[in-house]
Amino acid sequence: QGKFTLLRDTRTDGSFLVHHFLSFYLRAGCKVCFVALLQSFSHYNIVAQKLGVNLRAAKERGQLVFLEGLKTCLDLLFGEEEEQSGQPSPLQFISENASNLKALFDFVRTSLTPTGSDSWKGPVLLVDDLSVLLSLGATPVAVLDFIHYCRVAVCSQLKGNIVVLVHSSEDSEDEENELVVNSLCHHSDLILWVEGLVTGFCKDVHGQIKIIRRASLELTAEQDHLQIYQYKIQDKNVTFFARGLSAALL
Amino acid sequence: LVFTEEDKYGLYSNLLYKYFLAEGVVCGHDLFVASAKEHPDNILKELPAPLLDDTYRKELGEEATAVKSEDFQDSMKIAWRYQNLPKMEASPTTSTKFGHYYDISKTMSPELFQSIKWHSFYLPEELSLQPKMKTCSMNSAYARLLQSIQRIIYQEGFDGSDPQKKQKNILRIGIQSLGSMLWGDDICCSDTPEDTHSLTKFLYALRGLLRKSLSACIITVPAHLIQNKAIMERVTNLSDMVVGLESFIGSERETNPLYKDYHGLVHVHQIPRLNSLICDVSDTKDLAFRLKRKLFTIERLHLPPDLSDTVSRASKQDLAESAKLLSSGCGAMAIGKKHLDF
Repeated sequence: QGKFTLLRDTRTDGSFLVHHFLSFYLRAGCKVCFVALLQSFSHYNIVAQKLGVNLRAAKERGQLVFLEGLKTCLDLLFGEEEEQSGQPSPLQFISENASNLKALFDFVRTSLTPTGSDSWKGPVLLVDDLSVLLSLGATPVAVLDFIHYCRVAVCSQLKGNIVVLVHSSEDSEDEENELVVNSLCHHSDLILWVEGLVTGFCKDVHGQIKIIRRASLELTAEQDHLQIYQYKIQDKNVTFFARGLSAALL
Repeated sequence: LVFTEEDKYGLYSNLLYKYFLAEGVVCGHDLFVASAKEHPDNILKELPAPLLDDTYRKELGEEATAVKSEDFQDSMKIAWRYQNLPKMEASPTTSTKFGHYYDISKTMSPELFQSIKWHSFYLPEELSLQPKMKTCSMNSAYARLLQSIQRIIYQEGFDGSDPQKKQKNILRIGIQSLGSMLWGDDICCSDTPEDTHSLTKFLYALRGLLRKSLSACIITVPAHLIQNKAIMERVTNLSDMVVGLESFIGSERETNPLYKDYHGLVHVHQIPRLNSLICDVSDTKDLAFRLKRKLFTIERLHLPPDLSDTVSRASKQDLAESAKLLSSGCGAMAIGKKHLDF
């Protein structure tokens, strides 16, 4: 409860983790607010079906609130001039040049605040992916503020969880992105860091994942726990195994 | 969204761009050609002529080519569900022949254009037609281009807004030299450009348009001129597929005996991962391209003595990927095999 998980990928694509968390929380009966900035709804839907969850049905029964970034952006840019029901678009910072993500935060908060008839367990905020906000003109400070507000609202007040995906790289030249990622790393309770193999491309091992449990954030003065596994992605599943013990080798 | 990094002098990326458009003509797709430096009419006049099969399979006659183009049109139609999301020529056919061959020494005859509809966007013309327009907080040239694309998609019904339309066709969009000075963006000439977000906002909006319509798009960008690498990283994130062309002209590799048969290298930085969790694993090899008198071929990089199967079919068996940047395991790929041969 009240945990902030950071999904971080370097030189590879960590979106399989996003799909996993999405299906995981939906199956667990949580109310999920999914800010999907990078792909369309049908993409997530098709993958989720392979994992055994129907996003459309979840949306209809109100368990899933889906913000399709691409579509919202187009509505914003090409929509009619008049305000639709007086509600500003969650992505209005794109056209406003205001670099203020408050509208997005309001959207998240209203969708996760439980209404009287809700019977879902714990709210969850899922973001794919945060680096896109920077590409769209938000300043790093605005992005960090947004995350901070979300943490207060979702983790502390509503006792929910947040899962956020970011891209990063050690030799990245994108300083703003690195700033955001480093800052988030310090504040996360759990970091899942997906990387391509250092030794290069391999057919059977697609990459490695580092799981860092930030025990140092709690008051017990422990060190962070670090575990490293390697993984291979298949059509409906991802298999994890200890380093060097890929099925292809055994 | 296919993103091509241009080679230094733009020669080869132009070729790739024209192939994309030519394939569209032959398959009967609609075209949208945008450029700031060359008038689209001229671009279209220079599209390579399709090679009749007789060179390879001894089949003659107009009928053969007509049947072939229909076949391909059919296959696109059967696989049209996949075409809802943009990919470059992604139809999961099992035949080894995919796409058409083109003869670059000849230009496409005007009759072939008759059957397709094409739209053009030539920046200098557009600027003179409509001097003022509201900007969507991005560079005005990009904003116009976006408006234009959106209008065409909506009017021609590529986004499914018109249920009356029975024929579902695909719109191939080609944008040349985006990000260059001619589009009014200064990311190519200065380290601290005025508006670092114009290009990325444009690409995001374009991605949205492509996702909700039956279209595919190729963009060429003079990446070597963009000083701010952060922009390139963001742009890579926003594209489905990123291919870089590095030509040997003027570099020390030209005289390197390893590369003596080739004109340049192909770097595949990213491949699309749509609708699936899996990455398609295939043999990663270095890819090189060469411009023969009639054909532009992309092949695996061979050492000079080992030239036995460098016929253009060599790289067609499986998915081609380049070693360098994919070596760190970002080989992510969805359905369909992609052939880089033309």
